Amino acid sequence: MSETIISHAPSVKTRPLPEHPLVTIEPGRGFGGAWLREVWAYRELLVFLAWRDVKVRYKQTALGVLWVVMQPLLMTLIFSVFLGKLARVPSDGLPYPVMVFAGLLPWTFFSNAVTQSVTSIVGNANLITKVYFPRLIIPAAAVVARLFDFAVALIILFGLMAFYGVSPTWNMAMVPVLALLAAILALGCGTFAAALNVRYRDIGVVLPVMIQLWMFASPILYPARLVRDAWPRAYRLYELNPIVGIVDGFRSALFGRAFDWSALGKTTLIAMLILTASAYFFRRVERGFADVI
Amino acid sequence: MRPIIKAEGLAKQYRVGTSEPSYRTLRDAIAGAAVAPFKLLSRSRRSSRGETVWALDGVSFDAQPGEVIGIIGRNGAGKSTLLKVLSRITEPTRGRADLYGRVSSLLEVGTGFHPELTGRENVYLNGAILGMARTEIKRKFDEIVAFSGIEKFIDTPVKWYSSGMYLRLAFSVAAHLEPEILIVDEVLAVGDASFQRKCLNKMQSVSEQGRTVLFVSHDMTAVTRLCPRAILLDHGKVLSDGPAHDVVSAYLTSGVGTTAARVWDDPASAPGNDITRLRAVRVRTEDGRVTDAVDIRRSIGIEIEFEVLQSGHRLTPNFHVFNEKGVNVFITKDLDREWQDRPRPTGVYTSTAWIPGNFLAEGTLLVGAAVSTLDPVTIHFFERDAVAFHVVDSLDGDSARGEYAGRYPGVIRPALKWTTDFKSAANGTEASR
Repeated sequence: MSETIISHAPSVKTRPLPEHPLVTIEPGRGFGGAWLREVWAYRELLVFLAWRDVKVRYKQTALGVLWVVMQPLLMTLIFSVFLGKLARVPSDGLPYPVMVFAGLLPWTFFSNAVTQSVTSIVGNANLITKVYFPRLIIPAAAVVARLFDFAVALIILFGLMAFYGVSPTWNMAMVPVLALLAAILALGCGTFAAALNVRYRDIGVVLPVMIQLWMFASPILYPARLVRDAWPRAYRLYELNPIVGIVDGFRSALFGRAFDWSALGKTTLIAMLILTASAYFFRRVERGFADVI
Repeated sequence: MRPIIKAEGLAKQYRVGTSEPSYRTLRDAIAGAAVAPFKLLSRSRRSSRGETVWALDGVSFDAQPGEVIGIIGRNGAGKSTLLKVLSRITEPTRGRADLYGRVSSLLEVGTGFHPELTGRENVYLNGAILGMARTEIKRKFDEIVAFSGIEKFIDTPVKWYSSGMYLRLAFSVAAHLEPEILIVDEVLAVGDASFQRKCLNKMQSVSEQGRTVLFVSHDMTAVTRLCPRAILLDHGKVLSDGPAHDVVSAYLTSGVGTTAARVWDDPASAPGNDITRLRAVRVRTEDGRVTDAVDIRRSIGIEIEFEVLQSGHRLTPNFHVFNEKGVNVFITKDLDREWQDRPRPTGVYTSTAWIPGNFLAEGTLLVGAAVSTLDPVTIHFFERDAVAFHVVDSLDGDSARGEYAGRYPGVIRPALKWTTDFKSAANGTEASR
């Protein structure tokens, strides 16, 4: 019985307390350096959550890795038959399937990352109501998890390129940079929609439609040059769609063509702006997550 | 000494009521936005729709390093909200708290556990969620697994675990946290007795290492055993703060907790309906004294006084007795044929249920009082926690304890009759007493 008898005099091994509080709790803690440092401090959790996401998905689905590959492959097949063969959509001097697959790859990554980060907050309600960590970690982890799928699909693309005799060049070194750019954009769009989704659950219904419209407004099934040649004036507007720069850059990287650096610069700027604005908005609403979720 | 936690005027407001759901559809918001632009973003203090409630209303306290503080109060007193604010899960509406140490909160065990992942994988994941670094988990991994006692199944997905194994693993991750401030909520309410003891011991050793623990519980025995100091919350305010024994007994005896006698003077506010209405509930000793402390060896009378306003109904008074851990010890109802088989005329009735001596265990018992009709089942009123009383053993040696004075678990403590058969090993002759 002795193990349950508690001494009521706390034997304090005095450790000097820090001069300043480690944590101050008060309403409306802001958006700034302190918050960003905290997000950074939780980077390991981000990796763990992303890893859980990947692991669980691959354990649960019988087809596992295969499924990640099948989605863009099947789409490529369908589009190649109907758009490439029948409608004869131009493919910029490349085999149509290679061009489409190279476009679908970053697009699939982007759209899946956005979709998953939107549902991630509500899907992790049990974490949000029980433990503290910067909430931004959750949608960020969803984006990182999709990067893994992207890497797997990239291997298939190399196979496809070899099959059609498209030889790789040093331009490929830009692939990780472009993937990062796509990730930044996905995180920006994802956090914004995720924050909205906590309050307005019908975002989940609207989102797939938006994503689909966005796909057709981006050079996935056709080369960007098609738009530039047909409507040179409207192209400036078209270019404001950051996916244009990313997909076009991606194709340049894979097929050894010259990069349009100014377009990439603009895209980077837009993606960063979206991310900053979204993070600000997310920070404003995240304090209420645990109360409304 | 400087406090490690300094809370000043913490307040948290929630919106309640059915008029506004916690989340809305975009269509509602667009419609609303036309009327009140940016109402969404501005955290309006007063909402035209729905009422607000202050779950915390100006809570201030200091905690010294190494202190173990129990936080008690009725349901809805603001205990959980306080823990959530201090563990940063939700922001306060007003006020401020400075924490001079790393905080870990344990509002449940196994947060983030995923059934598809193995025990090993979940240890890493859960550790990261609770704020441990990967290197730290790696270093403590063997210790965590050994503590849980499920080494053999560590590479099995936790969906195949029994709930006991699951809890043991989850708790052992939590037990290896090394924060300066530990915030614990009711986790002890789960698991079997030996698991609970393990938790209590771990909390004790945590405090011995100079860490500060905030512990919310309904288990008054655990609070008084573990915590030198307790804070009593009521309606979001600190009602008393001091030595746990004093605060707990104040809680149990004051109107904040419950009392041995409750009388409803005003029929309008008394529990009940048009048929019958509660007037009073009392706890009495054998000799009729109203008391909140009863000898474990003596029988206890629980009395309900109710008025029948409409004649012609068959009515059964009944009591629901709970211990301080919330376990329903028993339910008892009036079996007296004389009153059960006939519709009651209007008037005032007083019925008493007699609980025998040497039956309940020591501790605090809470009594819910109700009057029901059994066929068809109708509950005319049910007053939860109407009265409370303490069963006390004065250790005179003639209770069910006998001469033993140590810890004595069990929901009830009957003094049973024992018989013994004896076969002597010496000569093989049979002797029986």
